[in-house]
Amino acid sequence: MDVVNQLQRQFIDYSASLHREGFLDDQFTQLQKLQDDNSPDFVVEVASLFFEDCEKLINNMARALEQQQGVDFRQVDASVHQLKGSSSSIGAMRVKDVCVAFRSFCEAQNREGCLRCLQQVTHEYSLLKNKLQTLFRQILAAGGSIPVVE
Amino acid sequence: MTVEQIGSEGKDQFPIGMRVLAVDDDPTCLLLLGTLLRRCQYHVTTTSQAKTALKMLRENKNKFDLVISDVHMPDMDGFKLLEHVGLEMDLPVIMLSANGDTKLVMKGITHGACDYLLKPVRIEELQNIWQHVVRRKKKDRCNSGSKDKPHPDSGEAVGIGNVDNNGKLNKKRKDQNEDEDDERDENGHDNEDPSAQKKPRVVWSVELHRKFVAAVNQLGIDKAVPKKILELMNVEKLTRENVASHLQKFRLYLKRISCVANQQANMAAALGTADSAYLRMGSLNGLGNFHTLAGSDQLHNAAFRSFPPSGVLGRLNTPAGLGIRGLPSPGTIQLGHVQNSGNPTNDLSKLQSFVPGNHNTNILQGMPMSLELDRLQHNKSVGHIGELPTTDSTTVFPGSGNLVDARITGFSNNPLLGVTSNSLMLEGSSQQATSHTSVSAIGFQNGNALSDFTSIAPASNQLQDSKAGSQGQASPINCNAGQIIRSAPQEWNAPRKDAPYQSHALINSSIPINSAMIQLGQCLDRNNSIFHRTTDLDLVGPLNFVDPLSIKHGEGDNSIMEPSVIEKEGYLMFQPRPHGSHVPDNIGSLEDLASAMMKQEGGCNGYSLRTSI
Repeated sequence: MDVVNQLQRQFIDYSASLHREGFLDDQFTQLQKLQDDNSPDFVVEVASLFFEDCEKLINNMARALEQQQGVDFRQVDASVHQLKGSSSSIGAMRVKDVCVAFRSFCEAQNREGCLRCLQQVTHEYSLLKNKLQTLFRQILAAGGSIPVVE
Repeated sequence: MTVEQIGSEGKDQFPIGMRVLAVDDDPTCLLLLGTLLRRCQYHVTTTSQAKTALKMLRENKNKFDLVISDVHMPDMDGFKLLEHVGLEMDLPVIMLSANGDTKLVMKGITHGACDYLLKPVRIEELQNIWQHVVRRKKKDRCNSGSKDKPHPDSGEAVGIGNVDNNGKLNKKRKDQNEDEDDERDENGHDNEDPSAQKKPRVVWSVELHRKFVAAVNQLGIDKAVPKKILELMNVEKLTRENVASHLQKFRLYLKRISCVANQQANMAAALGTADSAYLRMGSLNGLGNFHTLAGSDQLHNAAFRSFPPSGVLGRLNTPAGLGIRGLPSPGTIQLGHVQNSGNPTNDLSKLQSFVPGNHNTNILQGMPMSLELDRLQHNKSVGHIGELPTTDSTTVFPGSGNLVDARITGFSNNPLLGVTSNSLMLEGSSQQATSHTSVSAIGFQNGNALSDFTSIAPASNQLQDSKAGSQGQASPINCNAGQIIRSAPQEWNAPRKDAPYQSHALINSSIPINSAMIQLGQCLDRNNSIFHRTTDLDLVGPLNFVDPLSIKHGEGDNSIMEPSVIEKEGYLMFQPRPHGSHVPDNIGSLEDLASAMMKQEGGCNGYSLRTSI
């Protein structure tokens, strides 16, 4: 019992810190609230989907930006737009913020800027992924269900 | 969220169980959206493909109450989907996007979205989306006008009260607005059960829309009032309100198309004359025509691209209108022929070929043709069109179809004509082929047309490239026309009895026609000062969507028709040719084309052309 409480505490604390650091925002809380008995793994499911999607989009962007003959900025922009949408849906605030900057570089057709942003996005995404995986482990350790943070 | 139980305690516990279709290519968002919606106790169906969504909607119109769609999707633009749904199924659609630009939101509204949500979507916002369904139902009920009678044994008093209040309100409004209350009786769609708060939605099938368009054409865009349209359509259980709201949508489309057409008009200028194209057009069955007619690939492309498939409705009418107008009296006679003797099939088919591509590109090209035809025909055709005894109400079209054919021969690049002809042709063919379906095609091809539309689009590109022989690939013509176009070419010569072609073209034609019209105007200038002559545009006039068609030849010379013509709300107006001399020029070319076409068709087209001369 005590251990469970401790673990739950840990989870809550860790989750709170993620929020503080800006990795997650309110939307993630909403996600957590959506989880219930009918969909007990909802948050994990959504997060996994997001990770997959994110990797795919990052690859697309990388490939598009690598084109020597001429970067198709529209394609990059489309990918960024989608990434922005999914990251905001899941509450990945930092990723989303990078996307916003990314988009303006795309519009300006600034390849250098785009490449930088791409790097940033990749970085933020990896960070977030690690943190969320840690969080999920904690959740499982805490009894398998994500307690509502607030 | 508080779920208000409006209605009986029966299975209808609206908004609980409201059936929502969610479309988003992003799996994360889709999952989230689906979960949120389920949390709101809606019945959710999700898909990541817009095409799948459309298919599902078309399979069963009454399967869903509401559609939520992302704006940014790879297989189809969210706005296109929005238009399709709005036109075909008349369902409320909510747009969803991570981008909250004012321009985008505005675009959503003009395309008919009833709401625009921003990602990340929150559950609070979704909890209230049922209001859009209720609102639409009330509007429909209002329109049908039968809401005011208290429904017996309605479930909840509240529900009934609402209904009664609404009904009374509606009634008052109706009394004030309408002079006739008869239509109310016609409201067969009304659901007797107020508690359901769902009355059977009027589905604007292709056939119905065809009648609608025909009626509008017949009346003239200016005089097209719902009451008269309703009378002309003569459809049971259709209320004035249904027609009114449909007319409103139609006009919106036309307007939208005309904007696009304006752009197209410029491109149309680039259209070159292609006599050969004309001939080819004939063979294309309308779809192809477009292609051939449009000398300029770029035009096609441009036009094509710019034309939203959804404009089909509007387009259909306009091109048809064009065709019809342009046809000189002889043409009209022909029309009569068509109807009576059925031999006009040739004409019809010809027309069809012209109209192939309601697509913009085509339209433009086709325009000149139609314009020419107008010239030739001296608006008689207009009159005829209406008079055509076609079996269906879409007399307007059939006539125009014929006319269009005649004209098209003359035009080398009438993508427009193609378009119009499509619509026209469809009608014409329908006449001959006794398939009213063609007409209906104009209206809206549910499902088919639309789907074709997408297919057509790619085809159009090909068409453009293969101008010469585009056999029915008039994909550019109209998305919907895609099918038509395809089928058109082969049948171009033969009377087209198959409605599908027609229908497609019609649908597409509506949209492209507008653009085509504009282009045509320009093309015409180039080719012949047909525009000047085309006074018959009025044929198209009635059609709201004819805007682009209303290419005006203010100038006597063959300067490119100004896009200003397009301004005209759906009214394709051809200015009376300022110079008599122009006519001869045009006629000559038209004649050539006509004869060429005649050979192909059997001379029906030539007929109209000749007579005008």
